Amino acid sequence: MNRIIKIILLDILKNKIVLGYTLILAILSWSSFALEDNSAKGLLTILNVILFTVPLVSILFATIYLYNSSEFIELLLSQPVKRQKIWLSLFIGLASSMVFSFLIGAGIPLLINSPDSIGFMMIIVGCLVSVIFVALAFLSSILTRDKAKGIGIAIMIWLYFALLFDGMVLFLLFQFADYPIETAMVGITALSPIDLARIQILLHLDVSAMMGYTGAIFKDFFGTALGLTVSFLLLCLWAIIPFFISLRKFNRKDL
Amino acid sequence: MIHITDLNKKFGKLEVLKNVNLNCNKGECIALIGPNGCGKTTLIKSILGMVLPDKGQITFNEKSIKNEYLYREKIGYMPQIGRYPDNMTIGQVIDMIKRIRNTNQELDQDLLKAFELEKMFDKQMRTLSGGTTQKVSATLAFLFNPDVLILDEPTAGLDPLASEILKEKIIKEKEKGKLILITSHLLSELDDLITELIFMQEGNMLFHKKIAELKTETNENKISKAIAKILKRTKNEPNH
Amino acid sequence: MRIIFLAYFLTLSVLCQAKTILVGKNHPLKSIKAAIAQSSDGDTIVVQSGTYKEGRILINKQITLIGKHFPILDGENKSEVISINADNVVVKGFKIQNSGHAALEDPCGIRVYDKSNVTVENNILDNNFFGIYIQNGKNCIIKNNTIKAYGKEEQLIGNGIHCWKSENLQIIANKISGHRDGIYFEFVTNSVIWRNISSNNIRYGLHFMFSNDDSYITNVFKNNGAGVAVMFTKNVKMFNNYFEENWGDSAYGLLLKEIADSYIFNNRFSKNTSGIYMEGTSRIKVEKNVFESNGWGMKIQASCMENEIVNNNYLKNTFDISTNGSLVLNTFNSNYWDKYEGYDLDKNGIGDVPYHPLSLFAVLTETNPSAMLLYRSFMITLLDKSEKVLPSITPDNFIDNSPLMKSLPL
Repeated sequence: MNRIIKIILLDILKNKIVLGYTLILAILSWSSFALEDNSAKGLLTILNVILFTVPLVSILFATIYLYNSSEFIELLLSQPVKRQKIWLSLFIGLASSMVFSFLIGAGIPLLINSPDSIGFMMIIVGCLVSVIFVALAFLSSILTRDKAKGIGIAIMIWLYFALLFDGMVLFLLFQFADYPIETAMVGITALSPIDLARIQILLHLDVSAMMGYTGAIFKDFFGTALGLTVSFLLLCLWAIIPFFISLRKFNRKDL
Repeated sequence: MIHITDLNKKFGKLEVLKNVNLNCNKGECIALIGPNGCGKTTLIKSILGMVLPDKGQITFNEKSIKNEYLYREKIGYMPQIGRYPDNMTIGQVIDMIKRIRNTNQELDQDLLKAFELEKMFDKQMRTLSGGTTQKVSATLAFLFNPDVLILDEPTAGLDPLASEILKEKIIKEKEKGKLILITSHLLSELDDLITELIFMQEGNMLFHKKIAELKTETNENKISKAIAKILKRTKNEPNH
Repeated sequence: MRIIFLAYFLTLSVLCQAKTILVGKNHPLKSIKAAIAQSSDGDTIVVQSGTYKEGRILINKQITLIGKHFPILDGENKSEVISINADNVVVKGFKIQNSGHAALEDPCGIRVYDKSNVTVENNILDNNFFGIYIQNGKNCIIKNNTIKAYGKEEQLIGNGIHCWKSENLQIIANKISGHRDGIYFEFVTNSVIWRNISSNNIRYGLHFMFSNDDSYITNVFKNNGAGVAVMFTKNVKMFNNYFEENWGDSAYGLLLKEIADSYIFNNRFSKNTSGIYMEGTSRIKVEKNVFESNGWGMKIQASCMENEIVNNNYLKNTFDISTNGSLVLNTFNSNYWDKYEGYDLDKNGIGDVPYHPLSLFAVLTETNPSAMLLYRSFMITLLDKSEKVLPSITPDNFIDNSPLMKSLPL
């Protein structure tokens, strides 16, 4: 296993895209912290990076990489290597390189400029989001053999979670404004990893508004230790479930 | 060594393998022939576990290959079109496979030397011609001294010289008592190699015969002619 | 000349008469009550350290009561501890505890009944129902006391410093925590609240009603249930105070309700759910304050008018301003908004593009608080940005025409 991961990691590191991604993250983070006189705007920039750039790059890069390594997968399959091992190694290789890029690009400036609970929360959540969208990439690339279609699915997944989902939630909120739907809304956020991630960061970033919020659903659920654990578990599930579906499909795939 | 019983495989609606039964033993050199799209490659890929059959069983050394992978240590596979990671060099590919196999066994470097691949070790895979890629595939198939060699169109794309080298190598391995499975549609190439012949058509196995048997049956010396005769016979049979 | 001499001799004779009475284990007098009984106006009673459980101590003479090394006066949860029913009384240096809890009679640590010139200084008040209660007092000074209680519910605890129908009070440098309201003013005029720290009280740090012409200066109000409330009042000056960490669904740094003609200057509002909440407020000037890391910097209800908001810093707030209507009768000028994204081509320090401090999302959450769930989502950011360019839902005269490019050094 380790041998294969090592091969994959080396291959990814040779890829200029990951280097570029790290560099862009670093430039964005450093400049936003350096340009503003308070750290809040820098944190906001990184928040947007976590909610927008990280998912996009993670899912696109991983999907394309998977399609491009179909030869590699085929080659390995004719060798005495377990199928699961190949897929798992690819996942670990891709996920860890995306996490590594994020840690170097955005994690270090965060630690230096905001070494408090907000900074740490952002780093943890950013890493989780990277892993989740790599897992979703595995799912979208196993769904179809066609590279163009697969990338299309990946972009749709990203678009859905980054934009459409929130639009739907906003619509629901105003459509059912007269009903007590707050608890249901907490449940609905579990359906989007980006929303879960965003709310966890918000609870630290906009603590005054969130903790004083009228419905108190934040305070009573997300703000508690239980809520924190549950939302982190949910985030983990968002990484585990798509990957396992893809793993099952890969085990049954004809190559 | 390899036993296949009632193998069925569909790709969508297309039935690629229909109730294929096959026994292959040590020391045999089997040619798998048939028109394009008759299911040769699918059969081979099924043996390798790359294609998962819908029905039927494949055993390797009396053990089912389902969910197994270690048996592939004993197989050397040369694909019809070798596909390798583009940005790796020949050296890296060979090195990677060595690391993945991780054996202490002595390597068979005959082909590596015969094809003079070492000179091109730092050429990237995407820059290689089809023939050179085939050379790499062949080298990899033989490198680990496997008991079984599965060669999918081994000579396609190779120049005559390389083709001859490969053929000699196959004969040498056959004499060591290995099982060799070759698919090809160039029958003339196989004349002096094979001991048995399988003919497939539209997913069915039309016949599986020893060469000697075939020749006496048809009174032909050339395999190609013998096959043609049999095919004619089977074609005419329904008309009688 | 003769009159001056006469006065001189008179005072001298009074001073000569004034005596000091000692109370304590090592003195013949063991009880404070007994000492008061023996004393006459102008005397000083010095109490040695120890615990005195004498029930309600009534001071009905103009005396000075001084504790040495904080003698403990314990009400044993049964009664009020010190009742002051004379002018010119000084109570200094005691630890006053356990006044007991009662709903009807409001037992206090120290209570002043309709008197003037009373000084309560350097005391520690611990676990009393009310701490210090001034009823209809004049010219009283409450200074350097530490007032602490352990209230859990609003109904079961009184206020730290409770002043009712008084004038010319000075509340200086007290520390109050754990009461219902830290400091409570009702019908109190011409008074000053200075350098107090009011924290962790159940309701308000400072509660201010029907009390005109007062000022409160350089106080810290921190982590109280609902912050500071100033209601139904005119002419209040609020300078240099800190309003911090007042969190809750109806918590404010400062709640202004039905207030007029007041001046809020150089205060710091940080980490409150709402920095200032204004309702029915008019002719107030809010100048040179810092609003930092609040949920809402200011919530200005539509019932407010003619208020001037000038030269403030708005930093790191979730929302700088929010309102519930579309009517804008207040003016914003020359504030620094950290969310301002305009430019300053002529380099005069003032942004060339006006700033709309009211964001679309602030309006949305005002009508539907659950929408907070979507805050900072990419879609909301898009909506906000487009609203800034083309105001359609937010009132377009809600505007700061001369936003500052750099924060004021406050």
